[in-house]
Amino acid sequence: MEHVSELVDWSRAQFALTALYHWIFVPLTLGLSFIIAIMETVYVKTNDEWWKKTTQFWMTLFAINFALGLATGIIMEFEFGTNWSNYSWIVGDIFGAPLAIEGIMAFFLESTFFAIMFFGWNKVSKKTHLLSTWLVAIGSNLSALWILIANGWMQHPVGMVFNPESARNEMVDFWAVVLNPNAYSKFLHTISSGYVLASLFVIAVSSWYLLRGREIKFAKRSIIVAASFGMITSLYMLASGDESAHQVALKQPMKLAAMEGIYRGEERQGLVAAGILNPAKTIGDDKLDTFLVKVEIPYVLSVLGYHSLDAFVPGVNDIVYGNEKHNVMSVSQKMVIGKEAVTALGQYKIAQKANDEIAKQEALKRFEASEKYLGYGYLKDPKEAVPDMPLVFYSFHTMVGLGSFFIFIFFMILYNSMTGDILKQKWLLLLGVLSLPLGYVAQEAGWIVAEAGRQPWAIQDMLPVSMATSNIAAGNVMITFWMFAFIFTALLIAEVSIMTKQIKIGPEGH
Amino acid sequence: MRLGKKLWLIIFLKLFILFAVVKLLFFPNFLDEKFKTEKEKSAYIMDSLTTSK
Ligand code: HEM
Repeated sequence: MEHVSELVDWSRAQFALTALYHWIFVPLTLGLSFIIAIMETVYVKTNDEWWKKTTQFWMTLFAINFALGLATGIIMEFEFGTNWSNYSWIVGDIFGAPLAIEGIMAFFLESTFFAIMFFGWNKVSKKTHLLSTWLVAIGSNLSALWILIANGWMQHPVGMVFNPESARNEMVDFWAVVLNPNAYSKFLHTISSGYVLASLFVIAVSSWYLLRGREIKFAKRSIIVAASFGMITSLYMLASGDESAHQVALKQPMKLAAMEGIYRGEERQGLVAAGILNPAKTIGDDKLDTFLVKVEIPYVLSVLGYHSLDAFVPGVNDIVYGNEKHNVMSVSQKMVIGKEAVTALGQYKIAQKANDEIAKQEALKRFEASEKYLGYGYLKDPKEAVPDMPLVFYSFHTMVGLGSFFIFIFFMILYNSMTGDILKQKWLLLLGVLSLPLGYVAQEAGWIVAEAGRQPWAIQDMLPVSMATSNIAAGNVMITFWMFAFIFTALLIAEVSIMTKQIKIGPEGH
Repeated sequence: MRLGKKLWLIIFLKLFILFAVVKLLFFPNFLDEKFKTEKEKSAYIMDSLTTSK
């Protein structure tokens, strides 16, 4: 037991480390590619060489980020095969099909047009070059789609059936997998938050120039493009974030309860805009207050989560212990059904070995009747179904709070750029610089909400993380954890130092 | 272009470290190492899904 939990902890820590570091590079690629494409479009329309120079400068910074981030995601695939082999086998087709498409698309679109974008300035016509730049932007965003379809499936498995014969999930409805609403809200939210981050990046670099009194014309023009792009896309980010929350409410009510710190659910549930959780509060205890302090907006969570004022939003205690009045099944009940499913799988296995077709069919029937809660059959205690509440709650509120702050920054920068002299608003420029690290914090917080919020599930309700790992020594995973910590930190230091050096040189020295 | 060269160097060095060192030495595919056929892999997974940890 000790070994299993240590192994799971190290495997999760390693995956989290890799994913979070990988994600430092991705959103800037997703967003900056579009900002560059917009700038180049202005260049082609106006024929103003100055815009070409501006485009090329941002393209250089894009290239640095792309080169350093390239292939960092592949490490997660290594980890699947070594640390998470049960999981990799059981998910079956889901990683095969979408990831193969992703690989091919990303390879062709990105590498071909990428080459033209960087090396083709004087070799192809202006319009072909512009088309390549747009295709790089579209291609990198499309490759995110397939990854998020796979992630969406783990959050809400649809279109696949678990086949005990092969012990894998097999795709029965490709379109159900592709059109999974979870995947779409995730995709839109991820790319739009990438656009917001890239806008913050351009704003931060431009604000730095303006604070230093350098590259004034360049920085003023860039900042207007970025703030406009940021303003528009942050509204999409807000809308897609709201849709994500709606999907979470429908499919992962435990995650929603953790995001909002709800122990006992209510109808007409309010939304906690900010608060400090009571650390003494435990699952099952109805006496202590959940919050030490909180700011709550009445009714809003029922409306946002379920689109109805009267909707009941279940809390952690309702989900763990059940709530008959509102038809919420307890985790213990699900565990009983889950154990049925596990027993049926065991019978199937015996029948398979004995080559007994009739017994196999009977076991399969039993399994199909209970497989919805298969994963609960592996839990030892109903409380295991609860994620780390403070981690999820604070990450969610950090993300949303920062999202509102970014909208304020975009608005103020646009307003001051249009109506006055932004150079005089030193405080705003300073905020512009500071908001870049906060953009990264919001990005990482988003993934913590999505992934830590669905614990203990590697596949929602089907496979807990404790059943998903390979049978390997925890010590090995620990060693590679530190190895990756070292490699990624070196990459991050290289990114920051090459980037800052290039920014200091500026567009003129480019 | 000095920056370009530096970036290419980083890309190739990284790909080398990831594929020739990290993948080869530290990240063998667990199931491929232990079993030869798909059938054996399925049976192993079924065993682990039906025996309590
Ligand atoms: C402004 C209000 C925002 C709302 C209402 C919101 C809502 C959400 C929700 C509900 C999730 C979890 C989705 C899931 O678990 O399936 C999520 C995830 C995420 N958020 Fe936000 N978010 C907001 C702002 C931001 C900001 C400012 C950023 C970054 C700049 C961001 C980046 C992310 C990322 C990267 C994820 C993980 C991917 C995903 O699950 O979609 N979000 N957000």
